[in-house]
Amino acid sequence: MKVRLGVLLPLGLFVVLVGFLFFGLFNDPREIPSPLIGKPAPTFTLEELRDPQQLISTENLAGQMYLLNVWNSSCVTCRQEHPMLMQIARSSNLPIIGLNWKESDYPEDPEIGRTRAISWLSRFGDPYTKIAFDKEGSVGINFGVYGTPETFLVSGDGVILAKHVGAITPDVWRDKFMPLISQGGGSAS
Amino acid sequence: MALARALLLALLVSTAALAIDEKPAFDDPAMQARYESLTRELRCTVCQNQTIADSNASLARDLRREVRRLMAEGNTDQEIRDFLTDRYTDFVLYNPPVKPRTYLLWAAPGLLVIIGLGAALMVVLRRAKAAKDNPAALDADNETGSP
Repeated sequence: MKVRLGVLLPLGLFVVLVGFLFFGLFNDPREIPSPLIGKPAPTFTLEELRDPQQLISTENLAGQMYLLNVWNSSCVTCRQEHPMLMQIARSSNLPIIGLNWKESDYPEDPEIGRTRAISWLSRFGDPYTKIAFDKEGSVGINFGVYGTPETFLVSGDGVILAKHVGAITPDVWRDKFMPLISQGGGSAS
Repeated sequence: MALARALLLALLVSTAALAIDEKPAFDDPAMQARYESLTRELRCTVCQNQTIADSNASLARDLRREVRRLMAEGNTDQEIRDFLTDRYTDFVLYNPPVKPRTYLLWAAPGLLVIIGLGAALMVVLRRAKAAKDNPAALDADNETGSP
């Protein structure tokens, strides 16, 4: 029997559409791919959260691979992620640099946010080697951050190796970060 | 009643004029117009189906501030779009740029029209052929009222 084009064509189109929708299922629209991977990390100079006298800049951080974790104390997922960061801080010598971003919705008085963030850390533990305090939120924007937590792995020569949006789980740590860290010569377990 | 109606109308019309900022970003009306049209084509990346002009999210507020700053520094609209796509990818643009990845997206409306016309043409030709081969059958078909 002759198969007619009129039947085959709509069927073909339908299959293509189903294909698109099927792959769409595995696409998380919240996960925006970072255009910064493989590029130099944006430079910044910010006050240290716990010690306002101290300035943290990308120049000071250069020379060693580090993790840059964007967080704030009103972020629920950061709270969930926190034990994992504590464990990373205990079990590896990779510095964890905090970027405290959008701590307060009242940028006119950042000190309220500072106090709140510090008390959060004293309550849940402090895994950070240093914490940069991004009062205005513009450093976060330069890093393409759109929500907390987000974590970047930055190489010793200042290149962004990886970015993770959302909490770091043991799986994410093992599959996404560990291979890059051991490649880069850092030691972590 | 007439007053209530007028008030209601005023209320409906006025929403269009409600800007999200507390006060205009620029004194210069031309700059303000540029600012408004630019913020209306940029997506707020946390509240994904809103523009940064619509959204009250604090990131949208920060992005509006960045747009204001870049405009005040004399950047062109394109430079401001580039600034944001360098950080947040093309995803921040409500008008996706034409590039190999988006060819299908941009071509889709044209393709659909062509497919539709092709299908219509095929149906017409087939019916014309059927009518020529066997006019009586077609007439009978029409008389029974079947589609």
